[in-house]
Parts: sequence; C-alpha cells; structure tokens
Amino acid sequence: MITGKELREKYIRNQPTAFCPGCGDGMVLNGMSRAVENLGIERKDIVAVSGIGCAAWVVSPYWRVDTLHTTHGRAIPHAIGVKVGNKDLNVVVVSGDGDCVGIGGNHLIHACRNNIDLTVIMINNGLYAMTGGQVAPTTEHGEKTITTPYGNPSQGMDVAELVKAAGASHVARWTTYHMRELTKEVEYALEKKGLSFIEVITQCPTRTGKKDNLSTLEMLEWYKNNTSKNPEDGKITVGRSVDKERPEMADVIYEQIISAGGTLK
Amino acid sequence: MPQKIHIEIDRELCTGCGICIRFCPKDVLGESGTLNQYGNFYTEVKKLEECIVCRQCELYCPDFAISVEVKE
Repeated sequence: MITGKELREKYIRNQPTAFCPGCGDGMVLNGMSRAVENLGIERKDIVAVSGIGCAAWVVSPYWRVDTLHTTHGRAIPHAIGVKVGNKDLNVVVVSGDGDCVGIGGNHLIHACRNNIDLTVIMINNGLYAMTGGQVAPTTEHGEKTITTPYGNPSQGMDVAELVKAAGASHVARWTTYHMRELTKEVEYALEKKGLSFIEVITQCPTRTGKKDNLSTLEMLEWYKNNTSKNPEDGKITVGRSVDKERPEMADVIYEQIISAGGTLK
Repeated sequence: MPQKIHIEIDRELCTGCGICIRFCPKDVLGESGTLNQYGNFYTEVKKLEECIVCRQCELYCPDFAISVEVKE
C-alpha cells in the first residue's frame, strides 16, 4: 500500500498547490493519482490535457505526467489529436464545468458521438470559480451567483444525461464525498475502451461557500445527505449510469489506414 | 509483532481545511491552533494509539499533507 508521502513524491509537483483550503480539486487529483498507482500504469503512458479554469490546474502544472494546458474549452479537441496521433497513450482530460460544457460543450458532444478513447473528468462546482463566481450552465435554478444576484432564472444542465444521449460508452457521476468510489471509477474509466465521462460534483469553499455561508465540511455533509444511487429517491443520482460497447474512433482510423495500404510506425 | 504506526503531517502543506478530522472514524486528528508560514492552522495528531490505519485521512486530503506509515 502506497503511503501519502510516496504518492506525493511520485505524482505531484510544484507543491504547495494554489488551491484554496478545502477545495475539491486536490481531492480529485488525489483520487486520480491513486487510480493510476493501483492500475500500475507508467507515468510516461499518460497524457493529461486541460483547458482553463480552477479545475484545469489539477493536471497542469500539478500532476507529474505529460500535460497539455490548452485554450478555454478546447481541451477535448487537443486530446483527440493526442489520441489519434498515438493510440497507445492513456489520454485524460480534466476540465471544469464552465470549460467543458459552457465554452466547449460542442466539442464534448462530438467527442461522445465519435466515442474516442478518452477519460474525461468533469469537475462540477456549479459556477465559474476562477473568474469570480459567475453563473455557469450547470448552476441550479434559483442559485444566487455574482451575475445572478436574484437567483438563476434558467435551469441547470444535467451533463451526465447529455453525454449519455450523445453516445459516450461509460458515464458516471460521483461527488468528493465518495472518494473511494471515485477512485474505482477512474480506474475503470482508464481501462474502458471508448469515451469515459466522469462528473465529479465538488465543493467550492471560496465562491459557493462564502455566498451561501457554508464550510467545506457542511458542503461534504450536504453531498452525503442529498445523493443517492437510486434515481427514484429525488436526490442527485450518483453512480455509473452507462456502460456499453461501441466502436472506438482511433481504432477505426488506424484500421482504415492499414486497409488503404498505409503503414504505421 | 505489534504494529508501529507513524502519522506524518506536513505542516507547510496542510491548509487546515479539517476534512481529515471530519473523516477520521476514531478522532485521531485535531486542530493544532498554531499557524504555519502560509497562515493556515495545520492539523496535528492527537491520539495516535487510537489509529486503525483505515487511511481515510490520506485518501481525502486535498493537499497530500498526511502520510500514514506502518512498520511491523
């Protein structure tokens, strides 16, 4: 069993991190590092791609693997390029909700349609945290943010349902309260062929916390009480919702190249 | 042979968020009430003899500050 110190020395660089005290992003980083360690994947076989935002900082600069820190919302297109270029790599995209659904929502839908072998981890804190707490597509109806001081007039988007409809082959949702399950889910996602989408609902102690006067521990307690694996409970549904087999795009492209008489290195 | 448990908390990495204190089932950890150089009240070990090595604190720590070592 790896200890915390060994894990830190193996997978983390540039400590201390810039995350606020109690931020869920560090917890996701912890879970991801553990999943890679448990699977025994070498660090050189992983490429982590991120966009812009607090969540993008999870992999770049803090994860000690090859990383790409790309433009806002365009983490998935860059990751597709990496995957098609060398399909033996494990490509992980870590993106925030504003980055993944707000700015780059179109790319997410089409990556799911193509079903390319990526592991997309969307860290959902319900607002744009880095820029000051503006309303995001995932902000719940009636939630007060800095740009919706009278409550969000529109409805929040259920991203797990969106990617399910778009055709991702593995979809799951967990919160930072469920760290053990989340670690197992990342392990499964790294091994699963096709697009794996994991939504992680996290606390933002600085933006949500100050606005609603909630501490990190109160938010974690809220996740415990308001999530359920049973969709009929009327709570936030957590767990694996899709697990199916579909043709994977990078495989198909490589087969086409070979059948057309091309050679691969 | 009895286990020798050593819990190491990096004072400078700890941000004092209190997640480890909340998730410890045996209340091993507690607030120290002392500031580190970044201005955070770091966590310290209060009751080491109660530790059951569930490693919950390690798993939930956002800052990789806790390390539980067992020597047999």
